[in-house]
Amino acid sequence: MSDAVSLFVVILSLANILGVVWLFWTMRKRRSGEAAGDETTGHVWDDDLRELNNPLPRWWLWLFGLTAVFGAVYLVLYPGLGNYRGVLGWTSASQHAELQKSVEAEAQKALAPFAGMSVAQLRGNPAALSVGRNLFNDNCILCHGSDGRGAPGFPNLTDKDWLWGGTPEIVEATISGGRIGVMIPWRDTLGGDQGVEDVLAYVLSLSGRSVPAGDVAHGRQLFAANCVACHGDKGQGNALIGVPNLSDNVWLYGGSVATVRETIARGRQGQMPAHGDRLGELRVRLLAAYVLSLNDAGR
Amino acid sequence: MSNESAVGAGSNGLIYNDAVVRNFAIMTVVWGIVGMLVGVIIAAQLIWPDLTYGIPFLSYGRLRPLHTNAVIFAFGGSALFASSYYCVQRTCQARLFGGSLAAFTFWGWQLVIVLAAITLPMGMTSAKEYAELEWPIDVLIAVVWIAYAVVFLGTLARRKVKHIYVANWFFAAYIITIAVLHVVNSAEIPVTLTKSYSAYAGTVDAMVQWWYGHNAVGFFLTAGFLGMVYYFVPKQAGRPVYSYRLSIVHFWALISVYMWAGPHHLHYTTLPDWAQSLGMVFSLLLLAPSWGGMINGIMTLSGAWHKLRTDPILKFMIVSLSFYGMSTFEGPMMSIKTVNALSHYTDWTIGHVHSGALGWVAMISIGCIYSLIPRLYGRSGMWSTRLIDWHFWTTTIGIVLYIAAMWIAGVMQGLMWRATNPDGTLTYTFVQALAATHPYYIVRFIGGLLVLSGMFLMLYNVRRTIAGERADSLTPLAA
Repeated sequence: MSDAVSLFVVILSLANILGVVWLFWTMRKRRSGEAAGDETTGHVWDDDLRELNNPLPRWWLWLFGLTAVFGAVYLVLYPGLGNYRGVLGWTSASQHAELQKSVEAEAQKALAPFAGMSVAQLRGNPAALSVGRNLFNDNCILCHGSDGRGAPGFPNLTDKDWLWGGTPEIVEATISGGRIGVMIPWRDTLGGDQGVEDVLAYVLSLSGRSVPAGDVAHGRQLFAANCVACHGDKGQGNALIGVPNLSDNVWLYGGSVATVRETIARGRQGQMPAHGDRLGELRVRLLAAYVLSLNDAGR
Repeated sequence: MSNESAVGAGSNGLIYNDAVVRNFAIMTVVWGIVGMLVGVIIAAQLIWPDLTYGIPFLSYGRLRPLHTNAVIFAFGGSALFASSYYCVQRTCQARLFGGSLAAFTFWGWQLVIVLAAITLPMGMTSAKEYAELEWPIDVLIAVVWIAYAVVFLGTLARRKVKHIYVANWFFAAYIITIAVLHVVNSAEIPVTLTKSYSAYAGTVDAMVQWWYGHNAVGFFLTAGFLGMVYYFVPKQAGRPVYSYRLSIVHFWALISVYMWAGPHHLHYTTLPDWAQSLGMVFSLLLLAPSWGGMINGIMTLSGAWHKLRTDPILKFMIVSLSFYGMSTFEGPMMSIKTVNALSHYTDWTIGHVHSGALGWVAMISIGCIYSLIPRLYGRSGMWSTRLIDWHFWTTTIGIVLYIAAMWIAGVMQGLMWRATNPDGTLTYTFVQALAATHPYYIVRFIGGLLVLSGMFLMLYNVRRTIAGERADSLTPLAA
C-alpha cells in the first residue's frame, strides 16, 4: 500500500491501542469524591437498580497490561503496522517456503535409497511400496479411491485392464504426463435415438448381453461405419490411443444399459492430470510400482 | 390477560408498551426450538449422511445457514428485541418511542425470519456466512433495523431520568453497530430478484465479510446480551451492579477493540500479513475487556450466592456468564497464529462457537425470558420452578457434551491433518480423520438433543404460566 495509506493505518491502529491503554491507566484508581466501593453511585433506575463502584480488580488490570505488552512486543517483531516489516523480517510466505524446504530435505533422505531402482525392482521392495502407498494416498485416492478400485469415470487400477497399457513405462508415462480421453457425442451421427439404441444393442452383445429395443444387425452396420476406427472391428479397443475394449464387460463410466446409452449418445470426456512436474521422476516411479503392485497376486 | 394494564404500569403511572415485548418473548421460545431442531437435524446428517434421502431442500448445505440464521437472528434476535424494549422503558421511565413503529419491528423481523426459512432451503443465498439472505431481504432487514434504532434511541431521548443505565449503553452500541455492519457487508449488485453479487471482490470481500462476521459476534452476540446481563442479573439477584467504574472501562474497551479482531478468521490466507497480525493483537487485547463483563455480572451476585440454591433462573445467568468467560478466553487463544494453524477449519471452531452461542447467548436468553414471562403476564412466577431446574440441567449437560466432543474432535483433526511421514507425505488421508471423528459427532448429536429437549420443557412451562397456573411457589419473584 502507499505510504500515505500505511501512515493512516498505523495512526489509526496505534490511536485505538493507546486509547484503550490510557482508559485502563486513567481509570485504575478511584478519584477522591467518588462513591466508595461499598456505596452505590446514588443513581437508581426502575425502583431498585443501583450500582456499586468497586475498584477495578488488580489481577484484571494486570491481565490487560500483559496482553498490551505482548501486543506491543509482537508489533515490533512482526509485520502489523502498515508497511512496517517487523524486526524479525518474518512473512507467512517465507515461513511456508522454509517449512516446505525442510520437509522436502527430510523427504529426499527417505527417498534416497530408491533412486536408480527400476519399477520392477521397486515393485518387489516392501519399503518402496509403502512409500508408494503414501504417495497414492496423497495424490490419487480422491479419484481412484483409497483401494484403487476407481469410480465412474475413473479407472479401476486393480483389474489388470489398462486403458493405455500396463507396462511399467506406460504407467509411468500416464502418471507423469497425464491422459485425456475423449469420445464425441454420437446421437446425431447415428440418426437419433433409434440409432443409439441399435448401436447399444450391438455393443452390449459383444459381452453377451442383450437389449430388447435395439436391432443388433443394424447396430453392427452403424458400428462398422462409425466406431471401428477407434474401437476396432471386434470392439477390442486400442491402448495406443486409450480406447476401451468393449467386449470385456469392464466399463469406465458404468455398465448399466442407461449409462452405456448415455455414453454413446452424449459422449464422454475424461482427464488424468499430469503429475510429473509436481512430483518428480522418482516419486512417479514409486507410484507406478505401487499401482502395478495392486494387480499382484495376494494383494 | 385481564390484568395487562396493571402489569405494564411504571411507578409514575405510565403505561409501557409491553405487547411488543410479549410477542418477542414468545417468539424467542418458538424460534429457539425451530433453530435448535434444525441444528440437531444437521448434526444427525453428519452421522448419517443419507438421512434426508438426498432431497435438495433438506441437504446439509441449505439447512446449515437456516440453522445459524434461526438461532442467531430469530432466537437471539427476538430475545434481544424483547429484553431491550423491556429494559429501556423501565430504566428510562418512558413508553417506547414511535407508537406502532415498535409493532412494525416485530412483524418486520418475523417476516425476515419467515423469508429466510423459505429462501435458504430453496438454495437462494449470497454465500456470505451469517449474511446469506438475498438482497430484497437485506433491504427489509435494514428498514426494520433502522426502525428499531429509532424506537430504541427515541425512547432513550425521552427518558425521565438523568443518567443512561449501563444496559442501555450496550443495547445502543449493538443496535447502531449492527446497522453499519449489515449495510456495509451486504452491499451487493442485484442481478435478479433472487440473485446478487457482492460489491467487493476477492480478499477485500473476505475481509469485509469477516469484519462483519466477527463484529456480529462482538455486537449482536456479545454487546447486546451484555445489555441483557446488566438489567436482568441485578434484577434477579436483587443486588446492585458490582462496579460502575468497571462497566465504563470494559464498555469502551470492548466496543473499540472488537472492531479490529475480524482478520483472525483469515489467518494464513491471502490477506496481507500485517492485517492478520493486527487482528491477532487486537484479539488478545480483547481478553480483559471481555472478562470485565463477566466479572461485573458474576460479582453482582456477591452477597446473594445463597439464591443460587433456590433460583434456577439465576443459575442460568451465572453459568451463562461462566461460559462467556470461558469462550472469551478461548477466542483470543485461538486467534494466536500458532494455535490457529492447528484449530482452523477443524471442529474446535464449531465447539468454540457453541460454547459462546449455547453456553453464553442461549443460557442468558433463557434466563432472561424465564424472568420476563411472569412479569409480562402478571404472574408471581413461572408455572413450575422444578421444570426450570430440569431445563437448566439438560441444557448444561448437553452443552458440556457438545463442547467436549468438539474440542477432542477438533484437536484430533488438527493433529491428524498436519501429521507427516518421513517421506514428506501426509500420515492420514482426509477420510481417515473423518472416520475418527464419527464417535464425537454422535456425542455432539446427543448433547444437541438434550439442549433441544430442554427448550420443549420451556415451551410447556411458558404455556402453563401464561394460562395463569402455578404448580409450586418455591421462588416468589424478587421484583
